[in-house]
Amino acid sequence: MDEFLLAAAGVIVLTVAVGLARILRGPDDVDRLMAVQLLGAGGIAALLLTAYATRVPGVDDVALGLALLAAFAAMAFLNHLDASEGESE
Amino acid sequence: MSVLAALDLGLALLVVGVAAWTVSARNLFAAVVGYVAYGLLLALVWVRLYAPDVALTEAAVGGGVTGVLLVTAGKRLDALASAEIGAPPGRGLKIFAGALAALVAGALAWVVLTLPSTPPSLAPAAAEAASGPGAGLGNPITAVLISYRSFDTMLEKVVLILAVLGVWSVGADAAWGRAPAPLRKPEPDGAMILLAQVLAPVGLLIGLHIFWVGADAPGGAFQGGALLAAMGMVAMMARLMAPPRIDSRKLRLALVAGPAVFLVVGVAGLMLAGHLFAYPQNFAKPLILFIEAFMVVSIAVALPMLVSGPPDGGAK
Amino acid sequence: MSDLFSLVAICAGVFFFFAGTVGLLRFPDSLTRLHALSKADNLGLGLVVLGLIPRADTPLAALKLVVVWALALVSGASTAQLIGRALRRGRK
Repeated sequence: MDEFLLAAAGVIVLTVAVGLARILRGPDDVDRLMAVQLLGAGGIAALLLTAYATRVPGVDDVALGLALLAAFAAMAFLNHLDASEGESE
Repeated sequence: MSVLAALDLGLALLVVGVAAWTVSARNLFAAVVGYVAYGLLLALVWVRLYAPDVALTEAAVGGGVTGVLLVTAGKRLDALASAEIGAPPGRGLKIFAGALAALVAGALAWVVLTLPSTPPSLAPAAAEAASGPGAGLGNPITAVLISYRSFDTMLEKVVLILAVLGVWSVGADAAWGRAPAPLRKPEPDGAMILLAQVLAPVGLLIGLHIFWVGADAPGGAFQGGALLAAMGMVAMMARLMAPPRIDSRKLRLALVAGPAVFLVVGVAGLMLAGHLFAYPQNFAKPLILFIEAFMVVSIAVALPMLVSGPPDGGAK
Repeated sequence: MSDLFSLVAICAGVFFFFAGTVGLLRFPDSLTRLHALSKADNLGLGLVVLGLIPRADTPLAALKLVVVWALALVSGASTAQLIGRALRRGRK
């Protein structure tokens, strides 16, 4: 079962990593932001799966921290986008 | 190849790929987004290296606070670039910069490659100190940070205060004593306000939890403080809170509280336990938690002040 | 029995991450991509959490899993809203 959890974690990380191609292609900054959001969610899922497969203590707290900060960078980016829109209007 | 090894290899390749892309990206915003993704991936790498303490720090600082710092810095750079368009660096300068970078990288590589096969290490001594008397903690990392190399840990927080002073000193003379510019100029959306109202209290609890369990499990003062700092910035970004004036006494007290308490307890150790920065055996754990509580306050205040930037002169 | 439950839920979660990524890469414009992203965020992580809950040692550990998901839900929903508004403002 542990092998399965790890495999699931690996598949999720690889999948969302492929999604990072959106950072490359854009075209909008918002699209890039979405790719990072997806990576964040996938990272949390992969962390939880590895936490339960390897039983290393404290990994679930890392996932908790990541979940708390999931929106943090996005908020700053959106603030930035808002500000540049606001100035051009 | 086992599943775990394949996972590690894929993760390593991914980190290198995202790093290379972040360096080569021409669009400033895209580079910052890449850097945040890189921080997230590094947190996963640290977990795989069995270092959840470092992973927590990386998640909070690398993926979170630094990302916000870079976005804010990028915004200011944009404003500067539109004001005065500097000449692009000439070919000579580019070659010189490239050569310098190659030299540094080469020297580093040389040092790493010529390390003796059993490098000199303080790890056994640190491990002994962490499990020895006077440490009194279940988490060896916190024990090493606060007991074995307490002086370094204290100085690290002093460096953080110096960095804040450095940022403040960049501001105009006339602005000294005022508050930094808010992290957001226009009024935020309702959704952002709601998000901040939900996240900040929950984050406060989680930050304190990470600090508290740090005595016996992965976590600790820096990780907890960094999460609290992030929550402070969330509140500032939604304009639920304004950055404080830099001449505020409360702010300054909070900034120096950590290192000051650490120093006082350390000097008291000279009389109570025989030497500087030693803790009396039976009181080690409460004393360490006492010091760490003030460290949390200092870190939670210093990081948002670093990101907020120099005091704002108001009208330009 | 609980193993089977975990297996099914986690597989479904992986599927939603996969679908979200495909959507993010293949959908024609930002708003539809946003739609794909929020499915992966909420359902993918939610199903993984659901699959792990029976494997938690203590009720507290299970609660922590639920809190992780709840945080991701709040963040995902609000940022999706903010991203959507940013997109609409940009288009006007």
